[in-house]
Amino acid sequence: MALVLNEEEQMLRDAAKGFLAEKAPVAALRKLRDADDPLGWSRSLWEEMAQMGWTGILVPEEYGGIDYGMVGAGLIAQEMGRNLTASPFISTAMMAVTALREGNEEQKQKWLPGIASGKTIIALAVDEGVKHDPAQTTLSAKAHGNGYRLNGEKSYIIDGFDADALIVAARTSGEAGDEAGISLFIVEKEAAGLSSTRTKLLDSRNYAHADFKDVDVAGDALIGTLDDGFALLERVLNVGRTGLAAEMLGASEQSFDMTMDYIKERKQFGTHVGAFQGLQHRAAHLYSEIELVKSAVLKALQMFAEAPQMAGAGAALAKAKAGEVGVLAANEAVQMHGGIGMTDEYDIGFYMKRIRAAQELLGDYAFNANRLAVLRGF
Amino acid sequence: MNDLDTFRADTRAWLEENCPAEMRKPMRSEDDACWGGRNFKFSCDEQKLWLERMGAKGWTAPEWPKEYGGGGLNREEAKILKSEMAAIKARSPLMSFGIWMLGPALLKYGSEEQKKHYLPPIVRGEIRWCQGYSEPGAGSDLASLQTRCEDKGDHYEITGQKIWTSYADKSDWIFCLVRTDREAPKHNGISFILFDMQSEGVSTKPITLISGRSPFCETFFDQVKVPKENLVGTLNKGWDIAKYLLTHERAMIGDSGGGGAFGGRSIGQIAVDSLGTDAQGRLADSALRADLARAEIDGWAFLLTMERMKDEAKAGQGIGARSSMLKYYGTELNKRRFELMMASKGHAALEWEGDASQDGALPRAWLRTKANSIEGGTSEVQLNIISKRILGLPAS
Ligand SMILES: Cc1cc2nc3c(=O)[nH]c(=O)nc-3n(C[C@H](O)[C@H](O)[C@H](O)COP(=O)(O)OP(=O)(O)OC[C@H]3O[C@@H](n4cnc5c(N)ncnc54)[C@H](O)[C@@H]3O)c2cc1C
Ligand SMILES: Cc1cc2nc3c(=O)[nH]c(=O)nc-3n(C[C@H](O)[C@H](O)[C@H](O)COP(=O)(O)OP(=O)(O)OC[C@H]3O[C@@H](n4cnc5c(N)ncnc54)[C@H](O)[C@@H]3O)c2cc1C
Repeated sequence: MALVLNEEEQMLRDAAKGFLAEKAPVAALRKLRDADDPLGWSRSLWEEMAQMGWTGILVPEEYGGIDYGMVGAGLIAQEMGRNLTASPFISTAMMAVTALREGNEEQKQKWLPGIASGKTIIALAVDEGVKHDPAQTTLSAKAHGNGYRLNGEKSYIIDGFDADALIVAARTSGEAGDEAGISLFIVEKEAAGLSSTRTKLLDSRNYAHADFKDVDVAGDALIGTLDDGFALLERVLNVGRTGLAAEMLGASEQSFDMTMDYIKERKQFGTHVGAFQGLQHRAAHLYSEIELVKSAVLKALQMFAEAPQMAGAGAALAKAKAGEVGVLAANEAVQMHGGIGMTDEYDIGFYMKRIRAAQELLGDYAFNANRLAVLRGF
Repeated sequence: MNDLDTFRADTRAWLEENCPAEMRKPMRSEDDACWGGRNFKFSCDEQKLWLERMGAKGWTAPEWPKEYGGGGLNREEAKILKSEMAAIKARSPLMSFGIWMLGPALLKYGSEEQKKHYLPPIVRGEIRWCQGYSEPGAGSDLASLQTRCEDKGDHYEITGQKIWTSYADKSDWIFCLVRTDREAPKHNGISFILFDMQSEGVSTKPITLISGRSPFCETFFDQVKVPKENLVGTLNKGWDIAKYLLTHERAMIGDSGGGGAFGGRSIGQIAVDSLGTDAQGRLADSALRADLARAEIDGWAFLLTMERMKDEAKAGQGIGARSSMLKYYGTELNKRRFELMMASKGHAALEWEGDASQDGALPRAWLRTKANSIEGGTSEVQLNIISKRILGLPAS
């Protein structure tokens, strides 16, 4: 497949660009933060997105979605990154849908239409430690009656606060560190013994910490196969990693554009600071790096349909490169703005904070580089 | 089957039948490359046969029009040819400044007669070209070149000196930038002209590089007579052609950065061969492993970027100033890769002579990569071009 967007994809991107710039620019995130909004994102905005088909972009048509595929989802994530739009798009519309598509018929009927219509929010609860490491899952699920009993904790759950349900990676056999013995369960918000609190991170987005104390779920809460959920979990995570990569690409592009505009305007020493070669060469280098991210992200998105067996490699490449370059883009943006880049009033700092979070979530540079090295045989 | 599937099947079958086994082994060093030309000494019969077969099909220049000897393939077909060649590890049948640089310029700026005359022998590898751009006083500031070209009525007469002319002593013809108007502003008095290196008054003097090899020369022109029809495009408008050609040259040099490392293996695997693995099957040296992974990530992302830019360019057109980005990134990346290969091979990478090291093939290749970010315009010049032409930053 050619590494270019087709006409339909370009239209979707342009529509997303226009909509988000108008309805959910950085100012909207700032407002949510300043108001200390309990949710950290706007339900009415999410419903508007549902009307455009975005929340159901990966949902099959028979469950009310538009089943557009990953390239489209990535384009939306990228535009959200450009505007720093806060929404549960990656958690719910990308990751939860990917998991539920592999669920049984009842699970699909129960959850997918609600996601497509914008009513239902579902988050993925996977990490427990300070670094992303799904194989380290220790939260346990033991057979209990006709179902399972869950005990343990999950932290840094993306969009997990006030979610209608969590998809939980639990250990059903083996030990921490084993890929085998992990299973996925869907647990509803009201389940007895489940409590969650909002964790505030530097990017002002929605994260939760969840406590599971003897949480009982029915047997049909299992998604996929018992003990054998790791591969499915990886497929879900790869979708999320690629979504975050696309978001960081958008954020990098926007902070770069803002910086170029700024150094073309700002005068010192009687000239535009953009005329100094010391800044020009760094800007040109950063431009080049962002071009590489564009290619890696587009390829990773295409691979989900084109070469699914390579999607993990594509996601690792995109997440690693987008994270690395995102951090560089944010650092250079602040530096090239001088003092004003350090102020809360100026938007650049929001980009720096979001990129910092996004590059850490679901695996940082070292995590993904290690995966690629293993795949490449070294 | 659609047309492309048929094309892939036919191509696979043809390559299987026509690519000699010897030409499917990785190149051991730059000596294994085929450059063609009047005086080329083929390293073996298979090399000659491979060039002849590919040349006859036009597949040394797959996307050039058939009427000029090219393969007449569209972009999708050319990609298929490339991937099928890669699948059987076929060597490139021909390295050629004619294909990489002169051809695209002639296709855009040459007259019909010039295209018909010069392009087919390039495709077949019969005429080897060199590039006469740089002069002792005109490197990065190429437009300040001084080689003089005078109108002598029925011919031009060229006098001056070029430097760093790659393979000038082995080439049959030269494409050359000359000054045809000394009064005009520097960019407006340059012309683009072609002539035979056997012409009277042309002499070359090889320069030895830090690798110990001498692939390039000082080139002297003493009242060289050149027929008038050898001028390409319009008199005094050669700078446009020179720049257009450079965008192709840069994309080509940048190409070296992606993958296809030394001996055709990934740099990570080369390191494993040399240093072994730990109990988990990971490269024993964990600090080096991290650097290698970074280079592999950048290498893969860079290859995808080359692909994307070619896909984005409209059929048959160049990619303009973005070639500077490919040149800059690809060459810097290639230097990094060779540094890592040197580290992976440790002391053995320092061996300069003997069969084990093939007379220091790796360290010589490593040294050669240092020129990547100089030739065809330095990295700094590329960054200047990106700043001005792509980012629109103000002139200092
Ligand atoms: C936290 C903080 C505390 C501070 N405290 C004080 C204080 O106590 N007292 C005080 O007086 N000031 C203070 N400052 C101001 C500080 O000294 C200035 O921000 C700094 O000198 C940069 O100036 P500027 O912000 O106007 O950036 P600009 O000068 O506009 O620079 C913008 C960008 O252009 C680059 N640039 C500018 N000129 C050149 C050039 N010739 N070549 C290459 N690049 C160039 C800069 O490096 C920068 O990247 C403080 C700033 C901060 C952020
Ligand atoms: C292996 C090799 C093969 C070559 N083959 C050919 C060939 O076949 N034909 C041909 O014509 N030429 C060839 N060249 C020449 C090559 O194009 C020049 O070397 C190159 O353009 C740089 O010119 P220079 O060597 O005069 O360096 P200079 O221009 O003197 O540059 C010296 C340093 O100053 C920096 N610099 C210069 N201007 C600027 C600026 N404006 N801003 C910031 N930094 C600047 C440069 O980046 C460099 O680091 C070859 C060179 C090499 C090394």
